[in-house]
Amino acid sequence: MIRLAIPVLGLIILAGLPMFVSEYELGLMIGMATYVALASAWALFSGHTHYISLATVAFYGTGAYTVAVLNESLPYPAVILCAGLIGAAMALLVGLSTLRLSGIYFVIFTFGLAELVRQLITWYEVTITGTLGRYIFLDLTAQDIYWQMLALCAIAIGLTAWINRTRLGLALRAIGDDEIVAAHSGIHLARTKLIAFTISATLITLVGAVASPRWVYVEPLIVFNPTVSFLTVIMALLGGANRLWGPLVGAIPLFLLFEWLSVNFPDTYPIFLGLMFIGVVFVLPNGVLAGLDDLRAWLGRRGK
Amino acid sequence: MTLIDVQKASRSFGGLKAVDEISFAMDSGTVMGLLGPNGSGKTTLLNLISGFLAPSSGRIVFNGKNLAGARVDKIARAGVARTFQLVRILPSLTLLENVMLPAVFGHRSHWGKEADRVARQALEKTGLADRAEATAGDLNYIDQKRLELARALAGEPELLLLDEWLAGLNPTELQQGIRLIGSLAGSGITIIMVEHIMEAVRALCPRCAVMNAGRLIADGETARVLSDKAVIAAYLGDADDA
Repeated sequence: MIRLAIPVLGLIILAGLPMFVSEYELGLMIGMATYVALASAWALFSGHTHYISLATVAFYGTGAYTVAVLNESLPYPAVILCAGLIGAAMALLVGLSTLRLSGIYFVIFTFGLAELVRQLITWYEVTITGTLGRYIFLDLTAQDIYWQMLALCAIAIGLTAWINRTRLGLALRAIGDDEIVAAHSGIHLARTKLIAFTISATLITLVGAVASPRWVYVEPLIVFNPTVSFLTVIMALLGGANRLWGPLVGAIPLFLLFEWLSVNFPDTYPIFLGLMFIGVVFVLPNGVLAGLDDLRAWLGRRGK
Repeated sequence: MTLIDVQKASRSFGGLKAVDEISFAMDSGTVMGLLGPNGSGKTTLLNLISGFLAPSSGRIVFNGKNLAGARVDKIARAGVARTFQLVRILPSLTLLENVMLPAVFGHRSHWGKEADRVARQALEKTGLADRAEATAGDLNYIDQKRLELARALAGEPELLLLDEWLAGLNPTELQQGIRLIGSLAGSGITIIMVEHIMEAVRALCPRCAVMNAGRLIADGETARVLSDKAVIAAYLGDADDA
């Protein structure tokens, strides 16, 4: 009971925070919520399976672009629904063609996918519609966006917690350890991965859709920025991608750090991003939370 | 009743015929030893049966259905379980979770309390019950082998494929291992065991098949097969070569 009560209480407090903060601080909170949602949604698939997807921005950007294209012709809830459906359809298509790939090939494919989608949309806009940039005019306040993003965080973490307790969660963990053993135990590999990948990618698409009105002006180069994919991976890995709260623990400090770096070192901050990536992989391959467990175990042994 | 009927199963890798038109059938509840020198195709044959490799040609009829070329997980759910020559466990999962997998996804597909009961029973049989919550990666080699067998059993298979499961055990463990497999055979599971330890083959397998260079060179009562000239030649080389 208490395991549920604390997160719910936290959510209520977070939902009430916009009443007490400045416009700038609310902007930061939206940014944090965006990356917590992205990292948690990413980890829903990649955390247990260890399939490192760099396609985050392909879905995120697709969500944003869907809003940009449809925001003037459909009511907002219908636009969000469309974004979710498009994300799910794209995930199924991508999943069916890639999830048989293993390891490094999957990583490369997902990275290429983001570039492919960006080029496709650019080509479509330039040659078919004749416009490249699009404007998003929606009657949404920063608070509305914050609440929606907070809801997506809750959904991503809640879904992960639920999946962890189901057959799907057990199957995903087995796949992450050894696919051959998983298959010999009766697990349908392709189907299991496809379900998790689609849930994860749909959530990521929705994050892009909800975040997009903040930009007002949208074009492929802005919304398909590969840094989003890399940041998401580093954040999830830093906190611990296979832990329920790991992505959140990684996303908040890293978002604030990168925000500070990009303000103070606008030209050189991608270097820090690269260094962080290497640092996380070398120092804390299993994330901060696992590192803390190790530390606690070590202190416990020393105490005896 | 015939449980498995392998009909002219073949598998080539490039020009090499690793398994060359092998045929044999087994009744439910019987045990067969599968012998042969290294590289004779024993593991490949197990891989064809478990679905890890698809046969290039031939049929593998299990419980009346041809499973040749079916996906691994489908064959596992049909009731075939195996261990691997190089032990494979899920290192980051607990022992209980390791054996829970086939209990949940395997032949009988349980969930909740029933899956837990079946999984713990499998750990019990292999002497690992008291370490159910330990992490599998922390086990030593012998216990990993035990865990692998427990995992195979937790799927409540009708056919169990053991790929040199007894290899690497010390004399005491070997005796325990032989007793364990003997008790499984007694419980009605059909077993094909690839094995080099003759003591185990004689104790456990009333029937033996011998492979050499992808072909079945002998199949029959163990004592007779082991004294067969062709079999001795395959293992020790021809008298002329010596």
